[in-house]
Amino acid sequence: MAVHTSQSVAKAADDDVVRGRSRGTGNPPPPSRLRRALSTHWYAWTMVAPVVVVIGVIIGYPLVRGVYLSLTDANERNVARSIGVNHMPATYKFVGLDNYADALTGNQFLGTLGWTLVWTVSCVSITFVLGMALANILNRRIAGRSVYRMALILPWAIPGFVSVFAWRFLYNGDRGLLNKILSGAGIDGVPWLNDPTWAKFAVIAVNVWLGVPFMMVALLGGLQSIPSEQYEAAEMDGATAWQRFRHITLPGLRPVSTTVILLSTIWTFNMFPVIFLLTRGGPGEATQILVTQAYKFSFEISPRDFAQSSTWGVLILVLLMLFAAVYRRVLRTQGDNW
Amino acid sequence: MTTAPAPTAHHSARKVKVRLRGERSPLASVGLHLTLIVASVIAVFPVLWVLLTSLKPAAYATTTDFFKDTTFENYTGLIKDTEFLTWFGNSLVIAGLTTVLGVFVSATTGYAVSRFRFPGKRGLMWTLLITQMFPVAVLIVPIYNIMSGLGLLNQPAGLVITYLTIAVPFCAWMMKGFFDTIPREIDESGQVDGLTPFGTFWRLILPLAKPGLAVTAFYSFITAWGEVAYASAFMVGDENLTLAGGLQKFVNQYGAQWGPMTAASVLIAIPAALVFLFAQRHLVTGMSAGAVKG
Repeated sequence: MAVHTSQSVAKAADDDVVRGRSRGTGNPPPPSRLRRALSTHWYAWTMVAPVVVVIGVIIGYPLVRGVYLSLTDANERNVARSIGVNHMPATYKFVGLDNYADALTGNQFLGTLGWTLVWTVSCVSITFVLGMALANILNRRIAGRSVYRMALILPWAIPGFVSVFAWRFLYNGDRGLLNKILSGAGIDGVPWLNDPTWAKFAVIAVNVWLGVPFMMVALLGGLQSIPSEQYEAAEMDGATAWQRFRHITLPGLRPVSTTVILLSTIWTFNMFPVIFLLTRGGPGEATQILVTQAYKFSFEISPRDFAQSSTWGVLILVLLMLFAAVYRRVLRTQGDNW
Repeated sequence: MTTAPAPTAHHSARKVKVRLRGERSPLASVGLHLTLIVASVIAVFPVLWVLLTSLKPAAYATTTDFFKDTTFENYTGLIKDTEFLTWFGNSLVIAGLTTVLGVFVSATTGYAVSRFRFPGKRGLMWTLLITQMFPVAVLIVPIYNIMSGLGLLNQPAGLVITYLTIAVPFCAWMMKGFFDTIPREIDESGQVDGLTPFGTFWRLILPLAKPGLAVTAFYSFITAWGEVAYASAFMVGDENLTLAGGLQKFVNQYGAQWGPMTAASVLIAIPAALVFLFAQRHLVTGMSAGAVKG
């Protein structure tokens, strides 16, 4: 079994194998340390086993395969394939790190990476600020709170491809509602999805619209776990609203916010459906982020370029892992034991 | 810090009308409501607009009249002329299975990670996080090959397994946070009463974890219901498609006709909204790992 996703999966899989063996009687010297570990941990391992197996097979193997393809020149014309009854063997060859050198020295990867970073940072920061503001308002006693809350969570409850379709409908150049409203106000229509700059603006707006509910709900949960005594004490001490927010709310939300920022950065960086369904990366390649471009390499161009697609995919993964490692290091130096 | 407030308190008491704690000025209330109303309108409007359009005859589809000759012709046409109901059923089966399995698997994993110290635990947590970083684009071709090797292409099982790998890592993380808030004394009391670790989990902890389970169910369902890339790659043939794939055929078939598309969108949104209604009571408590007591 090709499990190399990370140390632990490999280790856990090892443990499984060993367990199978030690249950049988044939193993000459029974390693007693292992048997002891087994008798203490078998239920924990049993409980996580389904996840380990599924992730190992469905994620681990494709990952290894992807890394391997990125070191070859595989494309549609030279991979193993069947035409009718004839089976053609694979003829692609190993090329070492050439694909990586090409990607990292060419303009296309770096240009796409630049926009992907702008996209990720602006989406996450806008979503976080809006989510924080709305969560703080909803956490007060206010009439109709549950109605507001339902309305605000709604974008999360609608399947992504439906709401993206709704937005395409609103953005439509000639007949879209947004341009109708603008022309009603005597302003020229905006080519929302056909102009590179407006298209960038449009995709970010849709992603923020989709992302705010998650952020808001997570932060609202965090707010409700801050003891109200802290606010009372601060008010007794004459702290202003801003001071209370700055010194009680923000630190109190820290565990929640660090997690949601990490998760939403990862999700936004790889946000395939929004870009793909809204603009297909266009106009030109203006809104193409790394993951949609990688998809395009292996599904939309001809001949389909599996090697380059895998290379970009591996680079995406490396970048995100670097980010997570740095993020965690920074948090730790600031005293979080996450 | 201890002595400072006296003069300011006096000062402000003179200036502002005395209010109870937590009371707001009417102006602040109006401001808050306005903010919430604007935000709610932005959140609801695109969805509402699709709903209104689906009820209009094709001729007025893109006009700004909100109600004009309300009709259900888009819906009847959709159900009679296309395989919409088949796709709908397929999606329902796949999303339902993903939800049930996803909730169960994330709950056991979350519980194990929350309660037990075992070799490989830290690594497992990291794996769950890292799994979410994998771009669809890299995985889709190899997963396609695996599924075709296992004979699971065009089978609901293939998609269910794939969706589990998307939904479970996040759900297991969330369930771990949730189980962390349930006091360990409950587990201990279970063991004193002679329950096995599984018995404790099944009889004592799961019933307390309902909010967390509701959120997990919601997330798994939404993930499976709205997924596009794998669904369109793995399923072929009219009778096997899920909604995401079916709708794409439909776009080509109908071109710029918004009517049937909007009707389909509304019907697709209904089950998701129902699951949401069921889960929303628990969303806030379920997602925060500190708010709930055992």
